Amino acid sequence: MTSSAKTSYVIKDVAILDGKPTDIVIKDGVIAEIGKGLTADQTVNGSGCIALPGLVDLHTHLREPGREDAETVLSGSRAAAMGGFTAVHAMANTNPVADTAGVVEQVWRLGQEAGLVDVRPVGAVTMGLEGTALAELGAMADSAAAVRVFSDDGKCVHDAALMRRALEYVKAFDGVVAQHAQEPRLTEGAQMNEGVISGKLGLAGWPAVAEEAIIARDVLLAHHVGSRLHVCHLSTAGSVEIIRWAKSRGINVTAEVTPHHLYFTDDVVESYDPIFKVNPPLRTKSDVAAVRAGLADGTINIVATDHAPHPSEDKDCEWTAAAFGMTGLESALSVVYETMVQTGLMNWAAVADRMSVAPAQIGRVSTQGQPIEVGSPANLVIFDPRASQEVDARKTVSASRNTPYAGRTLPGKVVATFYRGKPTVLNGELNA
Amino acid sequence: MKHLLSAADLSYEDAILVLDTAKQLAAATEQGVGKLPPLRGRTVVNLFYEDSTRTRISFEAAAKRLSADVINFSAKGSSVSKGESLKDTALTLEAMGADAVVIRHSSSGAPHRLANAGWISGGVVNAGDGTHEHPTQALLDAYTLRSHLRNGEGDLKGVNVTIVGDVLHSRVARSNVLLLNTLGAKVRLVAPPTLLPYGVEDWDCEVSYDLDASLEGSDAVMMLRVQRERMNAAYFPNAHEYSSRYGLNVTRMNRLAESAVVMHPGPMNRGMEISADVADSQRSVIVEQVANGVSVRMAVLYLILGGSESM
Repeated sequence: MTSSAKTSYVIKDVAILDGKPTDIVIKDGVIAEIGKGLTADQTVNGSGCIALPGLVDLHTHLREPGREDAETVLSGSRAAAMGGFTAVHAMANTNPVADTAGVVEQVWRLGQEAGLVDVRPVGAVTMGLEGTALAELGAMADSAAAVRVFSDDGKCVHDAALMRRALEYVKAFDGVVAQHAQEPRLTEGAQMNEGVISGKLGLAGWPAVAEEAIIARDVLLAHHVGSRLHVCHLSTAGSVEIIRWAKSRGINVTAEVTPHHLYFTDDVVESYDPIFKVNPPLRTKSDVAAVRAGLADGTINIVATDHAPHPSEDKDCEWTAAAFGMTGLESALSVVYETMVQTGLMNWAAVADRMSVAPAQIGRVSTQGQPIEVGSPANLVIFDPRASQEVDARKTVSASRNTPYAGRTLPGKVVATFYRGKPTVLNGELNA
Repeated sequence: MKHLLSAADLSYEDAILVLDTAKQLAAATEQGVGKLPPLRGRTVVNLFYEDSTRTRISFEAAAKRLSADVINFSAKGSSVSKGESLKDTALTLEAMGADAVVIRHSSSGAPHRLANAGWISGGVVNAGDGTHEHPTQALLDAYTLRSHLRNGEGDLKGVNVTIVGDVLHSRVARSNVLLLNTLGAKVRLVAPPTLLPYGVEDWDCEVSYDLDASLEGSDAVMMLRVQRERMNAAYFPNAHEYSSRYGLNVTRMNRLAESAVVMHPGPMNRGMEISADVADSQRSVIVEQVANGVSVRMAVLYLILGGSESM
């Protein structure tokens, strides 16, 4: 049977989050029915699987325009679908930088053409990510791309006065500034987490305080001007403490953690293999424990991948010559499953919140992160927790192979992803 | 021994074997028979991405005295300056049949990558990588200490070695702490707090900020080079303050035990970390360190290339 936009689907015997097995019928782009003994044009066996709302990534590097050798909007959309995502936020550090309505509309249109996930462009906070003058935030917000998340990610908006103005300015259109928290002077030439291992390896350290000092400043600024702040890829125990304190004071701050900061510790750098080179760097065991606890108790609101594809020549080299970043879209759900669910720290409802509901709210994506109930847009991921797979970098859907999980076995597998009622992944294979 | 990437790669037995082999090779060289035959037909490449005339010449002399063919490949004026990556250079050397590659690189860990990334099959000797390690320097220092303080035999059990200066940026200090510990010596690092690595309290050594309090009981004082430019990054206020607090001058030297030696890996900043009078004094073994460097590097190349012919 061929599938078309009109095809209806039934997912049989699937558990909605932590619930009992049931059937879900998808028709005309929405969840049409939930119950026992349902039928449709096509049947998906969901026995033993979990249904989650389609995942929403607030932090994705799609590299287009400018580095199409690493990733394109299309290849990144395919990787996102494979990972169970139905929406991604495309970071602004492209070439040209996404600091005008023209560039964000281009990315948005490429996303529409790919048609596999909602591609929500992130606008740069400052012109050219240079940290000196505000980009056209309002024009990007008013454009067809309807930008709501603004970030100089890759660089920190380190000028306190400029950060303050950005936080204030985006209030006019309910925007949020997503800060890459990195004090630049404390991290000049930094290569890895500053700790016992950096001292031993002779690699310049990236101290936790360089992240924490900016977060502390920014939550105080957000409080002062009554704005909404989002903290990208939080990585240290101290950062979790600061966010916890800020929230206890009623400050409007949200935070994200990446799958790799939930999974890896900095001792993997002892191999000097640049596959583990990332910014912010992999941290210590106690940091990993703290970000896991922070994600579990909601101090950290969301998981975001910071999917950062790089061509192999930027990784198959000596450590200091290598680029920062690792891919993450295809492995994110399995990593969260291993680090947060299998450890008993979170249930599936919490996973749905941290990977779909909360990021959709922060990004103001109204059609995403909806509860799995009749009438909701049919953005769904079906995940089989009993499966496991050895990660093979050569088989990634992303145009780049810089996955740090290569050779490792991760639990679980995305069986199907539905985007607006259409399967982008079916039987564990890309359906596009 | 397949590679020598870190002083931590050397077990106690390995380290003693290198030192004993170096001693034999030095003796054989002194007998004046000219070149020794064991590495005839083997190719050693000196791959130097940083200017380091003394280390390169030392390795070159070591390889030639063992009859190896030596190819010197320096980054300047080569394909590297045209943008060739370490990987492509490595593949080229592999295709040319390099049996061992001696690498000096400004990137910490570059020798590890060269040895483990699957680019080449030959042995790799770390001749200094970034601010990481310089294991053959540690070996030649241990050799020098052993010949002065232990009659050229056995290990360094009970020897107190004080290493002074820019530990943070020093590959020599890292390798020495590791190797000297393996050989049973006690190491103390002395530096201003700004020039000590984060986490140094977890290293196998004592740490002090006070040179004057560290001289007594030292059997050897090793002065590290301190680059004057460091003061521009606020590691210390100026050269004068540095040398008055951490420089080794005659007054301080005279407080050392009669038998204690003064070492420096070179190149020296006379007047900065070491005064000229100290550098040229009776206690200084700095020139001897250079000579021992050739013997130790002969031993390392011999052991890595598994020279099968008898010496």
